[in-house]
Amino acid sequence: MAAQTLYDKLWQDHLVKAHNDGSALIYIDRHLIHEVTSPQAFEGLRLSGRKPWRKDSLVATPDHNVPSETVERAAGVQGIRDDISRIQVQTLDENCRDFEVVQFGINEPGQGIVHVIGPETGATLPGMTVVCGDSHTSTHGALGALAHGIGTSEVEHVMATQCLIQRKMKNMLVRVDGELCPGVTAKDVVLAIVGKIGTAGGTGYGIEFGGEVIRKMSMEGRMTVCNMAIEAGARAGMVAVDQITLDYVKGKPYAPKGEQWDRAVEVWKHLHSDDDANFDEVIELRGEDIEPQVSWGTSPEMVAPISARVPDPAAEGDATKRTGMMRALEYMGLTAGQNISDIKLDRVFIGSCTNSRIEDLRAAAAVAKGRRKADSVKQVLIVPGSQAVKVQAEREGLHEIFVEAGFEWREPSCSMCLAMNADKLGAGEHCASTSNRNFEGRQGYGGRTHLVSPNMAAAAAIAGHFVDVREMAPVPAEEERV
Amino acid sequence: MKAFTQHEGLVVPMDRANVDTDLIIPKQFLKSIKRTGFGPNLFDELRYLDEGFPDRDCSGRPRNPEFPLNFPRYQGGSVLLARENFGCGSSREHAPWALDDYGFRAIIAPSFADIFFNNCFKNGLLPIVLPEQVVHRLFEETHAQAGYVLTIDLEQQQVRKPSGEAIPFEVDAFHKHCLLNGLDHIGLTLEHSEDIRAYEAARREKAPWLFDAIQ
Repeated sequence: MAAQTLYDKLWQDHLVKAHNDGSALIYIDRHLIHEVTSPQAFEGLRLSGRKPWRKDSLVATPDHNVPSETVERAAGVQGIRDDISRIQVQTLDENCRDFEVVQFGINEPGQGIVHVIGPETGATLPGMTVVCGDSHTSTHGALGALAHGIGTSEVEHVMATQCLIQRKMKNMLVRVDGELCPGVTAKDVVLAIVGKIGTAGGTGYGIEFGGEVIRKMSMEGRMTVCNMAIEAGARAGMVAVDQITLDYVKGKPYAPKGEQWDRAVEVWKHLHSDDDANFDEVIELRGEDIEPQVSWGTSPEMVAPISARVPDPAAEGDATKRTGMMRALEYMGLTAGQNISDIKLDRVFIGSCTNSRIEDLRAAAAVAKGRRKADSVKQVLIVPGSQAVKVQAEREGLHEIFVEAGFEWREPSCSMCLAMNADKLGAGEHCASTSNRNFEGRQGYGGRTHLVSPNMAAAAAIAGHFVDVREMAPVPAEEERV
Repeated sequence: MKAFTQHEGLVVPMDRANVDTDLIIPKQFLKSIKRTGFGPNLFDELRYLDEGFPDRDCSGRPRNPEFPLNFPRYQGGSVLLARENFGCGSSREHAPWALDDYGFRAIIAPSFADIFFNNCFKNGLLPIVLPEQVVHRLFEETHAQAGYVLTIDLEQQQVRKPSGEAIPFEVDAFHKHCLLNGLDHIGLTLEHSEDIRAYEAARREKAPWLFDAIQ
């Protein structure tokens, strides 16, 4: 057999039927469901008298609309103050009950952001096809799975048929070799990648992330990288299975056990690109060259290293790009040539399916420990990605570090990543955010988002403006302080 | 799904690259559990000068006089002319629902984001990719001539200008077939139920851990 990429293998393994017109039926192993993109799909099933093809492939949880604020959250679904948000969450409850779909309800231990709970419970596994009505489904590709977002019509299609009608994508390899400098994280790597290939650079491709930096990266770091593949235009991002993957998956509640585990590992260890596999496009970066990144514009490709200045549109040769940059600077209230480190922050958000896992919270806490947020920063939200992450963080005492620093410790939800619950930016406010999109209005009407890593966000919260987290002076130990 | 065969419509220019789905329909409108009614909030943040909320009547809201959708000459438009990477970002199908609900039947751009592109076909909305220079010329002609109308012929795969000039376009054979006949994708897939069951049985044999773990 000809040499195959990881994507080729995953595609081949899920091919139910290839049609003459180039389209194909692809089997879906896992379908994650949340309240925003599913109501119309369930309604479609009802109207046509159809039922889910395979109920055990479905897992649902509410995440986008649920409150992060502790008191409101404690009152459960009935306590959601926003009427339409409450109706949407109630509708998910009703649909899951009517169609017998397993759901981790609003305050149940398994609840969390879909892309956080999938890997952490073993509901998503290597070698699977994973879909969800959410573009950040690419996250699960970190496990060596083929995972991508779908629209609501496809949510209904997958529920009704267990399949998707697809056309094979092209193969792209993004290699990051060398070594990352201390303080530089997976988020900086993926922001640098998006900055390099552009927000449409991966359109039509599945991206495999490889190279020494990715191989050494933790699973959570790989999830952060794959999560933002869509920000480079690629529906799917993926990483080959290795020992780090197996060690992560082993023991997860829904992962195979005993003899089945051994059989699974036999299959999973082939989930990598063959040595001589052909990629349609190869992009290379060096880990040493990547500095902590900060986005300055209204597209994730508009990023710069912390040491840089806001770029000048006049220097851009392409007219469409130049216009886009000028519009972005106007919206963001920034001036060409100003230092990135001079951008002042009104709010800070640490959370989202990109950066709300335990390692992210540890990184933020390491910076926040023994320090306090700047007075000029109105609010610092720390929103764990799942109930499990929250429990773990509290076990480690991270929440106390945050609270002592003047940060707010919240409940698992998508929160200010897209501001569907009450967590929003005001017009004109600048936010250091660990989320994935800096589009106009994304975090609130007129809000100005700067995408950064969790440690950079925490550092900005302390300083009140962006700083290179690597240059922050260490905090003296407790006994040395007066 | 409604069929698309031929459509003649007034062209509305959206002269901006990388239009994301948050811009097409902001998040607060995603709380709806319906598929319809998104039209008045299409491009909400560009179209109005104040913040929009779900269930709020838009008729009295202050409109942005600089946004083409508000120009008298573009009222009743049904062909959207756009720039590169249209529909990037989120997978929300509310974006094509909003475009459809407003009255658009086709979108012409040099490139589209993958998920949005795919979502359009599920809703009888035809996304057409044309070379950048061709799109640029269409922008110039739309700006120059009031009442600029294009005819889109899916069967012939042609966009026809008022001058009679025909511009050919490519379209995926499967999508074309479904659009021309207004076919329901689910119904088509279920015709292959036997194949799906056979695949599933083999997969259960080969990878039993993928089944019944979650009950």
